[in-house]
Amino acid sequence: MLRFILSRLLQAIPVILVVITATFFLVRTAPGGPFDSEKAVMPEVKRALEAQYRLDLPIHEQYFAYLGDLAVGDLGPSFKYPGRSVNEILFSGLPVTAELGFYALLIALIIGGTAGVIASLKPNTKLDYIPMSAAMIGICMPSFLLGPLLVLVFGIYLDWLPISGWGDIPGDKILPSITLGAAYAAYVARLSRAGMLEVLSQDYIRTARAKGLPEWQVITRHALRGGLIPVIAFLGPAFAGLLAGSFVVETIFQIPGLGRFYVQAAFNRDYTMILGTTVFLSTLIVLFNLVSDVIAAWMNPRLRAQFGGGQ
Amino acid sequence: MTFIKPVLCIFLMPLLLIACGDRESNVVQGNRDGILHYGNGAEPQGLDPHVVTGVPENHLIRALFEGLTVKNPITLEPEPGVAERWEFAEEGKVITFFLNPEAKWSNGDPVTAEDYVWSWNRALHPETGNLYAYMLYPVFNAEAYSKGDVSDFAEVGVKALDARTLQVTLNAPTPYFLQLMDHYSTFAVHSATLLKFGKMTDRFTPWTRVGNIVSNGAFTLDEWLINRRIGMKKSTTYWDRDKVSLNGVVFYPTENVVSEERMFRVEQLHRTEVVPLEKIPKYRAEENSAYIQAPYLGTYYYLINTERAPTDNVKVRQALAMSLDREKLVRSVLQDTAVPAYSITPPDTLGYYPPKTFSYDPERARQLLTEAGYPNGEGWPGLELIYNTNEAHRKVAVAVQQMWKKELGVDITISNQEWKVYLDSVSQRDFQVARRGWIGDYVDPNNFLDLFITDGGNNNTGYSDPVYDDIVLQQAPRAETREARYALFYKAETQLMEQMPIIPIYTYTSKHLVHPSVEGLYPNLMDSLNLKYVTLHPGRTLEAANEQ
Repeated sequence: MLRFILSRLLQAIPVILVVITATFFLVRTAPGGPFDSEKAVMPEVKRALEAQYRLDLPIHEQYFAYLGDLAVGDLGPSFKYPGRSVNEILFSGLPVTAELGFYALLIALIIGGTAGVIASLKPNTKLDYIPMSAAMIGICMPSFLLGPLLVLVFGIYLDWLPISGWGDIPGDKILPSITLGAAYAAYVARLSRAGMLEVLSQDYIRTARAKGLPEWQVITRHALRGGLIPVIAFLGPAFAGLLAGSFVVETIFQIPGLGRFYVQAAFNRDYTMILGTTVFLSTLIVLFNLVSDVIAAWMNPRLRAQFGGGQ
Repeated sequence: MTFIKPVLCIFLMPLLLIACGDRESNVVQGNRDGILHYGNGAEPQGLDPHVVTGVPENHLIRALFEGLTVKNPITLEPEPGVAERWEFAEEGKVITFFLNPEAKWSNGDPVTAEDYVWSWNRALHPETGNLYAYMLYPVFNAEAYSKGDVSDFAEVGVKALDARTLQVTLNAPTPYFLQLMDHYSTFAVHSATLLKFGKMTDRFTPWTRVGNIVSNGAFTLDEWLINRRIGMKKSTTYWDRDKVSLNGVVFYPTENVVSEERMFRVEQLHRTEVVPLEKIPKYRAEENSAYIQAPYLGTYYYLINTERAPTDNVKVRQALAMSLDREKLVRSVLQDTAVPAYSITPPDTLGYYPPKTFSYDPERARQLLTEAGYPNGEGWPGLELIYNTNEAHRKVAVAVQQMWKKELGVDITISNQEWKVYLDSVSQRDFQVARRGWIGDYVDPNNFLDLFITDGGNNNTGYSDPVYDDIVLQQAPRAETREARYALFYKAETQLMEQMPIIPIYTYTSKHLVHPSVEGLYPNLMDSLNLKYVTLHPGRTLEAANEQ
């Protein structure tokens, strides 16, 4: 297993390097630069700014200088927010976005997982159709619609919950977590239903039932393990996606997370920030994929045996 | 519908346990504690007066720092700030500022004339890369120093005669110079604090962080959470602290205008930075409305490339300008939140009214187009209008497209471009017609008219007229009275609008929602506020205002 993890980590390095290189050169080919503004920038000022950000160097020197900084973990100063480093901005938003993503995922797992399992136990009945229809609505309804709807009902009409902020007023984390989690809950519901249906038709489940095990034990001890593997495989990329894709929810609820930096860095041509967020996100995706593969392998006895860790 | 609330409350009780029940809003709490909750638009770039540009930064920096002069919040005329008085000599070319002996930095140090000399050196230094360095260009040799042509700052026209006397020598009398002293790019910074964290021209040091920053305004920095809030409290060293009623201000980044309006509705904010267009009619309809709209020193216009057919022909440009029914556009598309514009300078710019050289006249427009060789649009080669991606710009562009089609029979294509791509197209002059807006940095017609001098950085139209250049650059600065100067500007602007390198569309307005408990946020042409005049009155609520 350790060898598997190490080899996957080594494979990740060239992947991330390709991502950095492609991003580095692509952002520089986009029209407009970080210092363009509606009011004309005087040439002497532009020269001074370019010198301060090393943009006056030949592009290959800029590239290697960036890689050198990156090797020591320095993502450089932000162009848009002078006085702040990209590291600092990323790490100020990361805990918030990660917390939001965690709650969203938790909601997705609890609601989606429960709905999916129940649906799979009574296929083609009301208990299947109702949660699965709700899941379909969840998938179809974008967060920019669901968010304002929840705000209108629970924040303004009923006045139960705060409509913005994060950790400032008790309860202000509820609506954003539900908004972000809803679509994922829907996916989890469909995935767990499909996974469970497949597992429940397997021979070993029939054997377990034939042995006289109570139904709840069949489900919890035998079926869930296999049935939730597709969900686990989905969770890794989903969590990385949650970190990157929380932009809309963060904007609706004025949450000081990372999402808006991903999007705005590109609009601002904030080169270091674009690179920083890309490096950060690609690393996360690689890591979470690895983690979900490891968990899936651990949950699946056949794969576990392959790595020599199984019984 | 009343049964829904209890039913839902029981059903969702476990989830909402902490949230059900009455919560005290920011506004109620703020009114009690003297804290203003302020929607401030985008997350600020930073707080260094010589590094940042932008409206949210302006609000923050002007709360933390104070200039030599301060604009009166109603009339915008300069009043004493750090300088308690000033004298003019040599027909206005030399200004001596006498600093208030009570003016102090937040660490207790006195604000000295030497602080200004050091700070202006920083603001103008070629290595600082200050986008607003040109604000100090009226000062003798400032431009040459900023461009690196003069290397010794001692040759620039600013001297500390003693600790409390600052002498400034200008290139020419500059009537708006006192106003520039209230622009943050001319503010003094505390040199010892900056030098503690780096060298004078560094842009990246943490000197503006909480605990590091030393400022001289009515408030001091108390808290700065990125993308969350910036908290300030009343300064204990500010010279005019007795007049400051607020105990503190909390600024919120409110980029999403719809969320901002909702925050205002549930009393999380005392004041919003903007108001979503679709909400304006509802607020207007309310009695004692929280909606406040005021003329704003900015013009929305279309730039024309005068070097490309068909707009290289002045008659085509005039025909396009005359065939727009601006009254209708403002009423139907903009919900009466703007004022039709027929020239570049907004009306009543410190007493200046621009000429109206044309009006909506489709008949005359068609005649001009015929004279240009396109009767009823026949033979029209097509025209492209570009704008930066934004729903409001698109609506205006579509309305303009339809008006030109209806009145002149000409077809134009409209294309949106992403912000930086659009900026690149405009600066490279790779367009035929482009949307543009200009917001004044100071209240003077010069700020609008010097845009169109030959090869001006913001001209972008190819327009060049030596007579116009001469009036704006040479004659107006030497005019002896304000009236004579305005007459010259009027003449220049008439000439500009006859050549029509731009099509003015409308004059902007500032639009805010202000809670009834707030007093002293006076609307003015620059949307310039001075929080020192703001007072809060507990007990005045939104409901009460609507029910009265």
